Amino acid sequence: MRTYILLAAMAFWPISAQADVTVRDGWARASVLESRPTAAYLTLASDREDQLIGIASPVAGHVTIHAVKADASGVSRMVEIDALNMFPGKTVTLAPGGMHFMLLDLSQKLEKGTTLPLSLTFASGATMQISVPVLGPGASGPQGD
Amino acid sequence: MRFARLTLWSMAFLALAGFALVTGLNLYLGGEESGVRYSGEADVRSEFTLTDHTGRQVTQADYSDRWQLVFFGFTHCPDVCPTTLAYMASVLDRLGGNADRVAPIFITVDPARDTVPVMAEYVSAFHPRLIGLTGSEAQTAEAARNFRTWFERSDDASAPDGYFMAHAGHIYLMRPDGAFEAVYQEGGQSSEALAEEIRKKI
Repeated sequence: MRTYILLAAMAFWPISAQADVTVRDGWARASVLESRPTAAYLTLASDREDQLIGIASPVAGHVTIHAVKADASGVSRMVEIDALNMFPGKTVTLAPGGMHFMLLDLSQKLEKGTTLPLSLTFASGATMQISVPVLGPGASGPQGD
Repeated sequence: MRFARLTLWSMAFLALAGFALVTGLNLYLGGEESGVRYSGEADVRSEFTLTDHTGRQVTQADYSDRWQLVFFGFTHCPDVCPTTLAYMASVLDRLGGNADRVAPIFITVDPARDTVPVMAEYVSAFHPRLIGLTGSEAQTAEAARNFRTWFERSDDASAPDGYFMAHAGHIYLMRPDGAFEAVYQEGGQSSEALAEEIRKKI
């Protein structure tokens, strides 16, 4: 009996491994001026423990992950983090004023109304290619203008 | 003579001990002497000599017919500055007819890169009424000092020109005479709620 359950679980394993990570509400902020870094945001969820360890875009020289941390005196500072930890049942939200992807060395200004391709690499080996809308410089969320 | 001196010392000692006791008791009981005292007047003031995004030399006196809503930042800032300026723009829009009683001001902490034309292009992306102020390193540092705000150059090899500016993210509401009224932060409350609060004050 136990063996059957195990076999059934093994049979389904590859399917669940396929649908591991979901990404939604992605967007990027349009550049106001040339050669300025800008930011992209999204919400991540995974049905197993994983880590986002790399992010890249063909229009950015490099992309870093930043969090905002307050120090003992209450001053908020941006800190670069190496990986975003993901746990089953827990969504990770990147949003203005908090965690964000910083797009550096852009080869062109990000124009509102275009889309930004991003590729995400996870510690599990999974990779994901997504494309997020570029919203106005003053947008505050994925539904912003 | 010796006796008198001893008495004096004893009295001094007793007085000190008594004072210590009373103060200690007060502190312990949470009396008036204890804790932080609020003077009601914060030593944050709008006082500056800077250049606006049209190239005009200005001081706080140029805005003395209005309240001021002031934020310090820099144009190479990818997240906090655009987010906060967009929030200020939204507050201005929600102030409606009262918006002309408030001067929305963005002061750079990175004047070496944020020149007058850079500021002009930058502020216009957020709100047509947003005023961008820049100056020499000394002038912008002095403005920040008078607002008691904090900023620091943070060297980072991956940053454009090798640095970012770390800075506090406060939005100051200042009275027409340049005195401090209140401090806010993006995300502290909705732009509707902040507009309502400002409308009541002005």
